[in-house]
Amino acid sequence: MGVRLASLALLIAAWYAGSQLAGARLLPDPQAVALAIVDEARSGALALNLGATLARVAVAFILAMALGSVIGLIMGRSRIADQLGDPWLIVLLNLPALVIIVLAYVWAGLTETAAIAAVALNKLPIATVTVREGARSLDHALDDMAQVFRMGAWTRLRHVILPQLAPYLAAAARSGLSLVWKIVLIVELLGRPNGVGFEIGVAFQLFDVTRILAYALAFIAVMLAIETFLVQPLERHVARWRPKPA
Amino acid sequence: MSPAGARSRLDVKIKQKCFRAASGGKLQVLGELAFSLGSGQVAAVVGPSGCGKTTLLRIVAGLDLDFEGDVALPAHGRLGMVFQEPRLLPWRTVEQNVRLAAPQATDAGLDTLFQTLGLGAHRDHYPGELSLGLARRVALARAFAVEPDLLLLDEPFVSLDDALAARLREELAELVNRRPVTTLLVTHNLEEAVGLADRLLLLSVSPALILADVPVARPREAHTAAELETLRNEIARRLNQAFH
Repeated sequence: MGVRLASLALLIAAWYAGSQLAGARLLPDPQAVALAIVDEARSGALALNLGATLARVAVAFILAMALGSVIGLIMGRSRIADQLGDPWLIVLLNLPALVIIVLAYVWAGLTETAAIAAVALNKLPIATVTVREGARSLDHALDDMAQVFRMGAWTRLRHVILPQLAPYLAAAARSGLSLVWKIVLIVELLGRPNGVGFEIGVAFQLFDVTRILAYALAFIAVMLAIETFLVQPLERHVARWRPKPA
Repeated sequence: MSPAGARSRLDVKIKQKCFRAASGGKLQVLGELAFSLGSGQVAAVVGPSGCGKTTLLRIVAGLDLDFEGDVALPAHGRLGMVFQEPRLLPWRTVEQNVRLAAPQATDAGLDTLFQTLGLGAHRDHYPGELSLGLARRVALARAFAVEPDLLLLDEPFVSLDDALAARLREELAELVNRRPVTTLLVTHNLEEAVGLADRLLLLSVSPALILADVPVARPREAHTAAELETLRNEIARRLNQAFH
C-alpha cells in the first residue's frame, strides 16, 4: 500500500514538474485541474455528463456481455454453430471500432440506439471469443454426472456450467468494461449532445486542456470505484469455494 | 399380484460395441453380452483392467448410445452412480452436491445417510477441503440419496489404502442391506466383488464376453480366507475352461 501511494505521489510530482516546463496552457498543474473538477461539480454539469456516460456504458456492457455469453456458450458447445459463427466473429473482431460507429450513425441516425448498438457491437466479439474458450474447456466428467443424475436444464446451467465459466466471464467483464467506456467516449464525441466524450470534444475545440483532464480524472475515479466496490467483491464471492492457503 | 407393465429387472443385451481407432479402423471393445439382474440383486462385473468394464457401465448408464443392442432399465429408471473419481461440484458444499442430484430427498433421510457414512461434520465443507476417502463417501451418499432403481458403481474404492477401502466397503454393504437396490458393480478386486455381490460376471479381454456367471453363497458377510481361496480357485477353473 505504501509503495502504491509513493508511486502515485511520484506521478503527481512528475505531472507538476511537466506543467512547470510546458506551461499551464499545454499542461495545467494538478491544482488547476482539481479546481476545474470542483467547478464542474458545483454547476451540476459533471454529474449530468458522468451520469449520461455511465448509463451508456452500463447498457452497452450488459447487452454485449449477455449476448456474447449466450453466443460464446453455444459456439463452444456445438461444432456446427462454431463453424457457422466463426467467420462473422473474425469480421467483427477486425472491423475498426470507428467504422462500426460511423456506419451505425449513418444507417440509424445520430440516436441513442445507434450509439449504444455501436458500442455493444464493438465489445460483442471479444466477449464471445472469451466465453467460447471457457465453454470449450467445460469438464465432460461433470456433464456425464449431471446427465446420470437427470439434473434439469436450469440446475445444470446454474450449478454445473456457470461456475466453470466464471473465470472466463470475469475476464470478459474486466477487459470489456475498460474497452466499453473508451468506445462510449468516441461515440459521444462523434454524435451525442452530452456525456464525458461530448464535453471533451467541446474542450478540444476550445483548446481547454484543464477541462479535458478534469473530465478524464473524474471518470477514472468513477471506474476505480466500480472496480473496487463492485467487481472485486463479486470475484471474491464467486471464488469463495477455492481452498485458501493457510 | 404383480402389475404386468412394471419392470423391476435390468436387461442388458449388447451385440457389440466398437470404437473408431485413430488409424481409421474399428476396434471392437465389447462382444455379445447379455445378462439380467433381478430386483435387489447385486452383480459384480469382474475382469482385467482395460477389458471394457467401464464402457459397459457407461452404456447401461445411457452415457454411451453408440452401440448395437438394447438396454432396458428397471421401472422409473432412476439411476444412482458412483464414478471412478468422486466427480463432485467443487463450488458447492457437500450437502448441496447431494441435494442437487436428489432434490426430492427429505431432511430426515439425508440426516441418516450422512450419519451412516460419517459425513455429519462435513455437510458444509467444500469438496476441496475433503480427503479422497471423504469425497468418495459423498459420492456414495449422492448415489443413495436419489433412492435409485439401479445403482452403478465403477471401481468406487480404487486408489484408497486397503484399510480405508475395506471400511468403505462395509459401509456400502450396510447401505445395500438396509435398502436393497439392484446394483451393478465394476471392479478388478475379487475381494470387493465377493464382499458385496450375489453374483460375479467374469469378463474376458477385448472384445469382452461373459466367461462365467458365478453365484456367491453368502454375500455381504465376512468371508474367511479359506472361503475366499476356494472361490478364487473356482474362478480360475472357470476361466481356464473358457479359454480351452
